Formats: sequence, structure tokens, C-alpha cells
Amino acid sequence: MNVDSIRDGIVIDHIAAGCGMKLYRLLGLESLEAPVAMITNVVSRKLGRKDIIKVDAAIDVDLDIIGYVDPGATVNIIRNGELIEKKRIEMPEKLVNVLFCKNPRCISSCEQELDQVFHLTDREKKEYRCAYCETKASNL
Amino acid sequence: MKRSIIDVPDLSPEELDRLMDTAEDIIAHPDDYADACRRKKLATLFFEPSTRTRLSFEAAMYELGGNVLSVTGAGTSSAAKGESVADTAKTVSCYADIIAMRHPKEGAALVAARNASVPVINAGDGGHCHPTQTLADLLTIRREKGRLGNLTVGLCGDLKFGRTVHSLINAMSRYEGLNFVLISPEELKVPSYVKNDALKKKNIPYVQTTDLEEVIGDLDILYMTRVQRERFFNEEDYLRLRDSYILTPEKMKKARADLCVMHPLPRVNEISVAVDDDPRACYFKQVLNGKYMRMALILMLLKEAGTL
Repeated sequence: MNVDSIRDGIVIDHIAAGCGMKLYRLLGLESLEAPVAMITNVVSRKLGRKDIIKVDAAIDVDLDIIGYVDPGATVNIIRNGELIEKKRIEMPEKLVNVLFCKNPRCISSCEQELDQVFHLTDREKKEYRCAYCETKASNL
Repeated sequence: MKRSIIDVPDLSPEELDRLMDTAEDIIAHPDDYADACRRKKLATLFFEPSTRTRLSFEAAMYELGGNVLSVTGAGTSSAAKGESVADTAKTVSCYADIIAMRHPKEGAALVAARNASVPVINAGDGGHCHPTQTLADLLTIRREKGRLGNLTVGLCGDLKFGRTVHSLINAMSRYEGLNFVLISPEELKVPSYVKNDALKKKNIPYVQTTDLEEVIGDLDILYMTRVQRERFFNEEDYLRLRDSYILTPEKMKKARADLCVMHPLPRVNEISVAVDDDPRACYFKQVLNGKYMRMALILMLLKEAGTL
């Protein structure tokens, strides 16, 4: 399968197989007018299988979202057909308006103007908790 | 600098010790504190029913020589008109020097604290935190047992939804030589994240049981709790679990002579009224200790904010 190389844009590589669509949705890529390639289940020496997203536009992506979905992913910035930067991804300490608290007793469930804030509480378990009520985030 | 108290970990172990020292000094020398907060105002914003906590805060402020502004019930405040917690906190900051707030929604106190320009004390945010209850519990244990370490602490009743229990386990887990005995029905056991964070990670021994009578003789502290109707979505579950444990004079016969029986109150029927006359019943002393700890906390926060 061939996907054309991009000239100005980003390539999110080494996404764990199966996480690509989640990332696509959370990054809001469906609303872009630019070409976006979503490639799933690509054979990878490192991962066995991986997903790749290619965006043919010089957009900013929220690295926190990528770090939340898969801290092992890499983000390559392409300009004039050249790789100019490889961004390191980390699991973010704090997520704002990415996850939504499911606890009906939480203040964020009834006061709509509040940001939905989650803090990383266990890096090993990849566990985030609501900043207001400390309810554990459920997987997206 | 303005600081708010949302949960017990907002206070360092040293600050907790200092608060208890101040509370003991207030008990010993009440006259020395009678004008400590003269011309200062505490706003008590209680959007959820409470007798004890609100009166305790208000009595605390009066005994410090201060004044109280009070809102009780969401129906009588601007919250009924749809005002946000953030706006309420900003508005009340214009009138009061310090706020004590109870709200049915978890996290409401944090929102208030972020928006108020004066210190906010969380007086209970739904089933989440109730730090001043824990302060009352710690002072009671220290006064009754003379120490906060080397104790076997039994917690009995609703250990799943009981916020005071989680908070007490967390607060006590920093002391040496503790053993916890967790007594509850299967459905109301301590959540695993509380056990993991406060007990397992710190290698604090604990046992879980459903049988109070089997373990009551081993305990230095017995902390009873109420199965709270308001924490259940399902009335049937509440009714089924409500009467799981009732402490009676007969059960007290199996307990040590120096057991300290505590309860955050209000009780429904989980401690028989006949136990009240037992010298080991400490729950009304606990209420009084709560007032002294709230006095100490108000003093500390007003001093830190530069108001005193």
C-alpha cells in the first residue's frame, strides 16, 4: 500500500496498533480540510504492528493528547519534504478538556463552564484522576 | 499568603501537630483566645444539610471573638438562581475574611478556593473530603490515648462510601506502629485504591473482616460509621446494609477497658444509646474536639493570610 510522502505537515509514527483511530478522533483530525492518512496495522520491527497518521498540513497538534493515548508514539515535523524535528512524547502530568469526568456527583458535571482537569496519579498504571472529585478516568 | 484547606494532605504532618498543640492550648487557656478574631467574619456557606459542622464552625468563630455570616440550604441562596460556585466564592470574599463551605458536589470546595480571595475551608464536598472531621478525630485519639502511633484501630460500618474513614486512614498512615482492622459487609469494603495508597505502599498491616465481635477485644480505637442513605443510588441496597453493625453494651463487654469508641455522627442506630453512658464512648468528646480544631485552623489560616 502506498501513501504519498508529505511536503509540509506531520507524521505521527509508532502509534500502538489500534490506538490510531482514538488519536485521530481526540486530535479532531476529522474536521481538517487537509489530506489526512490513517494507516493501521503496519508491520513494525519495534512494535510488531503499529498505526501511523500523516497530516498534509503544517498544523499544531496537542502533544498532551498524544502522550495520553500513547507515550511511545513519535511526532515528526516535515517541512519542504524534509524531516526537521522529531518531538519526544511524554505522558502529561495534567490533561485539560481531553477526558470528561463520569462521576454524576462531581462539580464538573453540573457547572459546564469549568475546565475538565485530570492529573496523572500513577504513571505505571497510566492512571488519571479528576482534579475535582479524584474519580479515576475511564478509558476512552 | 492566602491558603485554603480542601483535604487533610494540604496540611503537613508538622502543621497537623501544631494545630493539635494550638487546640490543646485553647482548651487549657480559652480566655487567651477570646478576642483573637475580633472584627473578623467567617462565612458559613452550607448548601447541604448539616447541624454539627456548621454550628461547630460558628461556635469556633464566636469563641475566637469573631462574627459569622451564614447561608444554609441552596434554596435560600443565589445558587437557587443558578449562580456558579465560582461566582458565589468571589462574591462572599467581598464580605467575609474566611469561608467554610459544605456543598453536595464533589470538588466544589476546590472550585471555591480557586476563585475566592480569602481562605476557604472545605466543610464537606459530597462524599469526597471532610478534612475538619479528620482533625477532630486526630485530636480525640491523641487526647484519649496520649499518642497517634502504636495503636490497633478498628474501622466499622460503611468503609466504602465513608469519606471520614478514608481520610482518617490516610492521615494516620504516617504514624508508626499502627494496625488497622477493617470491619464491614462485603459490599462496603474499603476501596482498593485507599488500601493501596495508604496501607500497602507503606507496609502498614491491616485485616479485613465482617465480624465485629470477633475482633473488638483487640482494638484500642473503634471508629463506627453510619451507612449513609444519601450516598446510595438504590434505596434497596441502603435498607439491606443499614443495620449491618450495631454496637451494644453486650458487645462492649468483649472490648478492652481502655477502648475508645468514636463516631463522626450523626448516628442512626449503629451505636445503641445505652452505650453512651459507658466511659469508653468518646463520640461527644469528639464533637467538642472538632470545635477546638476548627478554632485552631481558622486562626492559622487568618494569620497566614495576613488578616490577623
